[in-house]
This record gives sequence, C-alpha cells and structure tokens, in this order.
Amino acid sequence: MRLVTRIFSIALVGFTLAMAHSAPASAAEDGSKVPMPSPSKAFKGEQCVEPVETMRRDHMLYLKHQRDDTLRDGIRGEKYGLNECIDCHATKSPDVAGGELRTIEPFCGECHAYAAVKIDCFECHTGAADDKPKQSSSLPIDHGELSDKAMLMSMMENYLDKGATK
Amino acid sequence: MTDRSPTEEQNVDLARRRLLAGAAAAVAVAPGVMLVATGASARPKGVAADANKRWGMLIDTRTELSDWDTAIDACKTEQGWGGGNNPATDPQWIRKVAIRNKSTGAQATFPVMCQHCENPPCVDVCPTGASMQRVDGIVLVDKHICIGCRYCMMACPYSARSFVHEPVHNQRPHMPRGMGTVESCTMCVHRVDKGQQPACVEALQAKGSNAIMFGDLNDPKSEISRAVSAHVTRRIREDLGVQPSVHYQGI
Repeated sequence: MRLVTRIFSIALVGFTLAMAHSAPASAAEDGSKVPMPSPSKAFKGEQCVEPVETMRRDHMLYLKHQRDDTLRDGIRGEKYGLNECIDCHATKSPDVAGGELRTIEPFCGECHAYAAVKIDCFECHTGAADDKPKQSSSLPIDHGELSDKAMLMSMMENYLDKGATK
Repeated sequence: MTDRSPTEEQNVDLARRRLLAGAAAAVAVAPGVMLVATGASARPKGVAADANKRWGMLIDTRTELSDWDTAIDACKTEQGWGGGNNPATDPQWIRKVAIRNKSTGAQATFPVMCQHCENPPCVDVCPTGASMQRVDGIVLVDKHICIGCRYCMMACPYSARSFVHEPVHNQRPHMPRGMGTVESCTMCVHRVDKGQQPACVEALQAKGSNAIMFGDLNDPKSEISRAVSAHVTRRIREDLGVQPSVHYQGI
C-alpha cells in the first residue's frame, strides 16, 4: 500500500514537472502572435539577489515588503531595493529618452507587456540609472517617436487605466 | 504672535488623539532605552529609525534675506521639485513668509515648511495611513498608499503640503514623486539616515551661514538642544498644541 502511494506520488510530481516545463513552450508554439518575453541580461553583475526563477515569480513581493520597511521604519540598505534593480538592469533603449539614459523600463516592460500587468512603480520612481547628475526635473521625457513595443505598452496602459476607472 | 499655554480643551483633544493612537505606540516607544549622545550619525544597514531621537530645526530669522533663496534652491535641486509653469498649483516644499508688526513696523522674513509636529493633524486625518510619522519624529507621506484626497492639506495649520497636479519626470532616485499624491518637506530623510544634514542646512553652511541648524532635540548635548535651551525660541502657532519640531529665533 505504502509502495503504491509512493509510486503514485512520484508519478504525480513527474507529471506536474512535465506540465510546468512544457507550458511556456506550448504557449509559443500554438500559433499565438505574441512572442515570449526575452528580458535582456543585467547591465552589470552576474548574480541577482535571489535565483532567477525566484525573482521572476516573487520580485514584487520583495519590493513591496521592503518599501514599507524603508519608508515607514527607516530601515536602509537592505538587498531588495528598487534602485539596486535599476543599477543592474537598466539599459539604453531607443524607446526611452532617445537612448541617452540607461533605464529599467525596457527590462520590466518585456514581461509586463506580455503578461498585461501594469507597473505603477515608475509613475513616481525614476527608472533611470543614476549615472550622471540630472539638471532639471521638470523637463518631460521625449515621447516623440514610439517604437512598436512602446506603442503596444502605452495602448495597453490606456486600456488598463480605463478598465480601472469604471 | 503671543505665547499662550494650551487651553483645557486642547489638552482634552490631544488626550483623545493619543487614546485613539492606541497602546501600540506606547509599546513601540518603551523598549528603546539606549540614549545615543551624538547627533546625526549614519545608521547601520537593516537598523530601523531610532525612537529616542527627535529631529528638529532651529531657524534664525535675523539672517540675510538671500539665505532663504539659497535654502529653497538647495531643496529644489535635492528633491527635484520646482520649475513648473503654474505658480498657483505647482508643488512648493518651502516658502518664504514675510510678517510685519503693524504697531512697530518691525518686519521679518523666514522660511516655512513642514514643521514635523509631534502631534501631526495630517496624520490624524489621513484615511489610508499614508500620512505618517516616523518614530524619530519625521512626518512623511507614504505615496504608495496615498490616494490624493488632500485631507492632510486641509488639516495642516502651516499649509506645508502640496498636491502634485501634473505628471512628473526625471525624479531623483532617492525622492519618488508622482502626480496624484501629496508631498512636503521630508527633512531630507534620505540624507539624515546616512548621517548627513538636510540639503538646505548644508547649502547654507557652505555659504558660511548658520541660519538653519539641524539636530536631535532629544539629545541634551546636541548643538540644537543647547541653542534652544540657551535662547528664547518660538514655534509658529504654538497655541495649537501640535508641538512642531521647527523652532524659530528672532520672531
């Protein structure tokens, strides 16, 4: 009886793993036109603060937990800071500020556009890496030429905004 | 202005507020027994703000008028506000206030910003808990949960808070700012946590002026505590009983 249970549970685990492994592949192969996200490698550093799989699933929980600790309790220098994300993952992109600034929006946007999950972080936080001192805070970023992906993201944001206001 | 002791009604009011704040606050304050004699020093990583500190400022109004422009410009540069085109609605973290005694003609100009009250009315009225006071007395807006109702702006006796009406770009990495939230002087909390002085104080010192002094009002050995105990200072609208952390000298 015990052996049967064990065999069954091993089979169940195996099946689950196989499903988990094949799920993203099937999403890309079933004729859907949205390509799988391929976020760029970190600008610097080889190792994130947690394993990549953990970060992909739980980054928002780490950020949300630490933001309260930092702002409300004054705990500084912990490892899940948004500025640290930006420091490593911000890249130059023609979509933002004409490719002059290193920003994290393209990195985040890759998966967030795919999952249609709006990010609120950069409504207030700057996504730009602090590479050089900025002169003025009131000049708007040039949104003149939007690429296809940026256009898709802004359309999606508009849609999500309208949905939220109903 | 005249100095009036808080009336009985105000005492009742404060007692009510404290009761509503609950026992949690009392528990949070009680365990910290260690008293650090130094003023501003960098906290190590992972250590929360010190409940035994009470950051404050002493503003000497008898200084040169240009000092206040220096302070305001330093604030704008540090925190990234200013530069808008709508003076009526643009955020304003510090402003110059001029007063004149009608009978004697004596005048004074001094900066007014968030007074970081010990009993902050903005925190009392906030419906979401976004308007908050750190244990070391610094009053902040948690913009993550601010819904932009502006109730705190109505409650503030000093009109120290601003609502951000327009989209903000190129924010400072340490100072997120966004449309639809309320903001005010943070006493440069990001600098204080690193053991530095607020930007306005540092800019004035670089200019050779001591018009604004910053430090720990709870530490009897700190420069500000000695100054406050040696000279007569006053706080704006002391009669309200909100116990501001910003002291003024010369008005």
